[in-house]
Amino acid sequence: MLENGALENGLENGDGLENGDASENGDASENGDASENGDASTRRAAVAVADRLAVTGRRSGRGLDRGFRYLAVTSGVLIVMVLAAVAIFLVVQAWPALRAGRSVSDEVGWIPDGSSVLEAVGPLVFGTVLAALVALAVAVPVAIGIALFISHYAPRRLASALGYLVDLLAAIPSVVYGLWGVMVLAPLLHPVFSWLVRWLGWIPLFAGDSAGNASNPPRVLMTASLVLAVMILPIITAVCREVFLTTPTLHEEAALALGATRWEMIRMAVLPYGRSGIVSASMLGLGRALGETMAVLMVLSPGMLYSLKMLVGSQQQTIAANIAAKFNDASPMGHSALIATGLALFVITMMVNMAARAIVARRKDFSGAN
Amino acid sequence: MSQRIEAKDLNIYYGSFLAVAGVTMSIEPRSVTALIGPSGCGKSTFLRTLNRMHEVIPGARVEGTVDIDGVDLYAPGVDPVAVRRQVGMVFQRPNPFPTMSIAENVLAGVRLNNRRINKSDAADLVEQSLRAANLWNEVKDRLDRPGSGLSGGQQQRLCIARAVAVRPRVLLMDEPCSALDPISTLAIEDLVAELKSSYTIIIVTHNMQQAARVSDRTGFFNLEEAGQPGRLVEIDDTATIFSTPGKQATEDYISGRFG
Repeated sequence: MLENGALENGLENGDGLENGDASENGDASENGDASENGDASTRRAAVAVADRLAVTGRRSGRGLDRGFRYLAVTSGVLIVMVLAAVAIFLVVQAWPALRAGRSVSDEVGWIPDGSSVLEAVGPLVFGTVLAALVALAVAVPVAIGIALFISHYAPRRLASALGYLVDLLAAIPSVVYGLWGVMVLAPLLHPVFSWLVRWLGWIPLFAGDSAGNASNPPRVLMTASLVLAVMILPIITAVCREVFLTTPTLHEEAALALGATRWEMIRMAVLPYGRSGIVSASMLGLGRALGETMAVLMVLSPGMLYSLKMLVGSQQQTIAANIAAKFNDASPMGHSALIATGLALFVITMMVNMAARAIVARRKDFSGAN
Repeated sequence: MSQRIEAKDLNIYYGSFLAVAGVTMSIEPRSVTALIGPSGCGKSTFLRTLNRMHEVIPGARVEGTVDIDGVDLYAPGVDPVAVRRQVGMVFQRPNPFPTMSIAENVLAGVRLNNRRINKSDAADLVEQSLRAANLWNEVKDRLDRPGSGLSGGQQQRLCIARAVAVRPRVLLMDEPCSALDPISTLAIEDLVAELKSSYTIIIVTHNMQQAARVSDRTGFFNLEEAGQPGRLVEIDDTATIFSTPGKQATEDYISGRFG
């Protein structure tokens, strides 16, 4: 879903460039009009050539053309059908739990007594969104920095090596990230978290537990978010890098010729031009962070609270990790309740995607796509 | 505001390739100098050395001196960014910033120099610069619309307004009309004639009629064969170049007997 969105956004950019060219063609044809009257014979010759080409091309070309069109249409229809199938599956399977109302809590262990599925899914949605947003807030500035370094600062050889390394980060399985998060990152983070609780504890996100401490070992949402940030870094960096590299030299030179320094040039020409690309990249990353299961499952000590305390354990849980943790030994009603939470995740990602498109579309006139 | 330019023994390289060799030229203040010559002869490359834009390309470098107002642009310790704030440039294809409005485009260079410019000063400067570029009447009702919505000719005049808004001493124009239709071209040529009273202008053009129309002096660049560096063949008063040029190569090029 999200990937589709980003791809289409990418295509929109592409269209924009073509439009730019098209206007040029317009100019060119105006110039052409001036010499119009002379060349009737040339044009006849051209038409004759075109005819001949069409005639020879017809035998094999048409069949291929039709075949390719069917292939394209089928693929297009297929993606819609898969999406619809997933949505229908989620709704149908979730229905028993949704209909059961508050009695669902008698049958399903993780739902607090007397709560319906909708009430129980609230803290999960909260935890999922909180973890993903913090991950995004950490990852996006770093990713933009890396992408700019690769596209505009690093010498060419270093840039390609670094780009390759960042891409490699994407190839690491999430279970490995989970192990790394628990065994390496968490112990390293504990002193940092203690410091944050001590000095910045008045900020709700950094508040300590009832004794005023950060949890140790820090199997807390902040650790999970930081692992998620590392995991979504490559995709955001890769998309941003590609977008920054497509900044027209014309615009960069315009800024430099006005006396802009490198950073001013980036601020005047590169970042505004890449804005919609940055949003698309962030949404791709957010999509991955929202749905990431294994790393969160391994790192986080779960809880079912609406809690902003990111440095204390047993406070929050994410939807995906909760499904993975509970699915194996769930009753039929338990399955249905978990699938209902999956439906909630599906709706969230869809809303994120639509919001991203709205942001990109809002300043379309100024996007460089006209 | 305008200054005499002296280029002495300029050798211009792309990596190890010598693209332009031995250019010595002196340009009077408040004059228009046209640079003509076949493609690849190095006239645009030479132009870009006058505001140190040449070195933006990786591996590009310059030997020799360019004096503006007695200061060598290539002396150690001279900041290329400072040079570019004094020597404005207009490019071959119009390149207003697509994410900025018309007014923001005009102010783009000014904001780099002086972040805090109050609103009425900014509005005055926008009007002044757009009037200088003969664009004010066409865009005064839509200053907050994107600059990329204008026609090609208007965009190019917007770029000229953006360049003159920072009050440079020198204005470089790299084939400013090559992407424009004849009417827009005429508008730019008229504008060059007006701007001459305040700026030293150097214009690269492929259009010899244009060189003859707009310039006081004309320099002819040529290269002996592909792979050889381009050289300045001669520079003289435009009338002389187009009637009785000193060199055979110039006459051949101007009369269309070239190549």
